[in-house]
Amino acid sequence: MKQVMNGDFAASYGAMSALVKYVAAYPITPQTLVVEKLSELVADGEMDAVFSKVESEHSAMAACIGAEAAGIRTFTATSSQGLLLMCEVLHWAARGRLPIVLANVNRAVAPGWSIWADAQDSISQRDTGWMQVYAEDNQEVYDSIIMAYKIAESPDVLLPMMINLDAFFLSHTSEVVDLIDKKDIEKFLPPYEPKFKLNPSEPHAFNALTSPDHYFELTYKMHLAMEKAKKRITEVGVEFEKMFGRRYGLTESYRIEDADTVLVTFGTIAGTAKETVDLLRKEGKKVGNLKIRVFRPFPQEEVCEALKNAKKVIVVDRDYSYGFEGAFFTEVKSALYNKGVMKPLYGMMAGIGGRDVSTGTLKEIVAKAEGEDPKNPYFIGVKL
Amino acid sequence: MTDDKKVELNKVSDYPEMPVSLGSMLWNKTSSWRNFKPVIDGTKCIGCGICWKFCPEPAIFPTNPPTVDYDFCKGCGICISECPTKAISKVDETR
Amino acid sequence: MIEIRLHGRGGQGAVKAAEILAKAAFYDGKVVQSFPFFGVERRGAPVQAFTRISDEKIRIHSYIYEPDVLVVLDPTLIGAEGVNILEGLRSGGKVIVNSTKEPSAFDFHGKNGVTVYTVDATAIAVKNKLGSESAPIVNTAIVGAIAKVTGLVTIDSVKKAIFDTIPRNKEANAVAAEDTFKNVK
Ligand code: SF4
Ligand code: SF4
Repeated sequence: MKQVMNGDFAASYGAMSALVKYVAAYPITPQTLVVEKLSELVADGEMDAVFSKVESEHSAMAACIGAEAAGIRTFTATSSQGLLLMCEVLHWAARGRLPIVLANVNRAVAPGWSIWADAQDSISQRDTGWMQVYAEDNQEVYDSIIMAYKIAESPDVLLPMMINLDAFFLSHTSEVVDLIDKKDIEKFLPPYEPKFKLNPSEPHAFNALTSPDHYFELTYKMHLAMEKAKKRITEVGVEFEKMFGRRYGLTESYRIEDADTVLVTFGTIAGTAKETVDLLRKEGKKVGNLKIRVFRPFPQEEVCEALKNAKKVIVVDRDYSYGFEGAFFTEVKSALYNKGVMKPLYGMMAGIGGRDVSTGTLKEIVAKAEGEDPKNPYFIGVKL
Repeated sequence: MTDDKKVELNKVSDYPEMPVSLGSMLWNKTSSWRNFKPVIDGTKCIGCGICWKFCPEPAIFPTNPPTVDYDFCKGCGICISECPTKAISKVDETR
Repeated sequence: MIEIRLHGRGGQGAVKAAEILAKAAFYDGKVVQSFPFFGVERRGAPVQAFTRISDEKIRIHSYIYEPDVLVVLDPTLIGAEGVNILEGLRSGGKVIVNSTKEPSAFDFHGKNGVTVYTVDATAIAVKNKLGSESAPIVNTAIVGAIAKVTGLVTIDSVKKAIFDTIPRNKEANAVAAEDTFKNVK
C-alpha cells in the first residue's frame, strides 16, 4: 500500500513490517520522529513489540543487545552524537555477532552544533564491525530495513546492520513509500531463530574472557562473515526484487557503460547525481554515476568492475577523515589499487554540515575534474 | 545444547559463529589449584547458606548440609572463614 | 517535473501546505516529494517549504532553486528585508499570493511571462474559524487556490489530503480550500 511519508516514518514502518519485537531508543533530532512513531505504533497495538524508553543511546544499544541475545528481533534508531555515545556497545553487538538493525539519521558532529546532513557520525563508526548501508530515498530506507534482518540473521553472517539516511533530505522529506503486506513479509523474512540464546534452562557462557589463543580466530571469523555478507546482500536483493519489484545491490551503476567521467556518490547525493548525469549528457558530456549503497562490507569487486572503463573517477564525500581525505575516496582508491586498476582519481568534499548539494554543485565538481588537476581532497564550495 | 563437553578449538571452523560456549567452565576443572579442601561437618551446620553465597566459583551446592563440588573448588578458603559455626574445616590435600 | 516553492512565516503552516499539496498530487496518481527548509523554525520568521510533482521517480534531493510556481502565504513577505520571493522563478512562472489586492497591483505581474494570481485566503480562513482572528491559519485554504491556478491537482484530492493531514476541524479546512479554489483571481 502506497503512502506519502517522511524518512523517519519510513524507518519506523520498516521496523514494524520486519516484525521487530523489541525497540529501545532515545530521541535525538532529526531521528525524533522515529521514536515518536514507533512508540505510537506500539501503544496503539499496531505493532506487536515492547518499546523501552531508556536514558541514553548507550543504554538503548545495551538493552537491544540483551534482547537480541535472548533471541528477540530488535531495532533502534539514533543520529550523530547519539551514535557516538553508542560506540562502545556497537563493538559489543558486532563481536557478539548479534544481528541488530539500527537506523542512523546521518547528521553532522558537534561542535559547530549542527543538526544537518553529514555522514561523519556513521563513517567514524566504520570499524565497529557493523554492516553499513546508505539509502538514497525513503522507499530504500523502508526496504533496506526489511532486507537488513534477512541478511544480518543469516547463520553465516550474524552481524548487525546500520541503515543510514540523510538528515532532513530524507528524515523530514515526504515521499511516496510502498508498504509491504504482512503476509508477503512472512514469505520473505523467516522468524529469527538463533542457535544460541540467553535461556536459563539451557545455559551458555556468552562473550567470556578470550585469550590471545582464541581472539584472533574470532576476528578472522568476522572477516569471513563480512565476505559472506557481500554474497548475502546480493542474494537477498535478488530475492527482494523477485517478490517486490525493487532492485537493490551492493552498488548501483547509472549510465557508466560508455562514461569517460564517473561520479562515485552515496546517500541522497546519488539521486541528485543521476539527475546531473542526465543534464550533462544533454550537454554532450559522457558522465555516469556509481552509487555505493553498501559501505561495509566494502564491495571492492563491484566498484572495480564498474570503474574499469572510466577515464576519470570523482568520489564525492559528505564526511572527512581529518588529516587525510574523504573516507569513500580512500576506500575506492584502495579497492582499485588492490585489483590493479589505475586511473586518475579526484576526491571532492561536498555537502559537509548539511550544505545543499544541488545539480549545480555536482556540475561544478565535474568541471573541476575536467580542468587542471585539483589538489586532493578538494573542498567544493568552501568560501576561501 | 548445554556446555557439558569440552570444545576443541584447534582451527577456525571449530569456533561457533557467536562467541558463545567457547570454553565452558564445566570442563575447565580448577581442582588442581587447591592445596587443601574444605570439608563440611553436617552436625555443626545450621543450614544458613552463607558458604553457598560466598563461594566465588560457585562450587557449593545448596543442599542441607551443603555439598562441595571438588572438581571446581579451588581451595580459596572463603567458605571456611565465613561459616558462622565453624562447620567447615581445612583438610590437607593428599594427592 | 513541476517545482513549487512556498513562502510563509513560522506558524502559518507553509510546511503543512506543501505536504497537503504533495499528498493531493499523490492521490491524483503523481510521484511527489515535499519538505521544509531545514532550519530552526521560529514564529513569524520567514520560512520556505517545497513540493515536487512528477510523472516519474523523483531522484533529486536538494532545495528548489528555479521554481515553476511560487506561493506566498503572507503578502508582507514581498519586499521584506532579506527576503527575495522571486529569486530563481522560471520565466512563464506563476505566483499565487494571499492578498486582498488585484494581481495587477504587483509590479512583477506580466513581466518575464510571470502571472500573478491573488486570493484573500486570510478572510476565508477567518470566515471558517481557522486559527484565531488575529492569527488566522491559511495553509489549508491556499492549497485550493494552487489547485485552481496550476491544475496540478484536483480539488477533491486536496480535500482528501486535508482530511488525512489535519487533525481537527477537517470539514472547515476543506471548505476553506474549496472557497479559494472558487475565488482565486
Ligand atoms: S574453598 Fe573456596 S572454592 Fe572451595 S568451596 Fe570453599 S569458597 Fe568455594
Ligand atoms: S556457612 Fe556453615 S553453617 Fe552455614 S550452611 Fe555453610 S556450612 Fe552450614
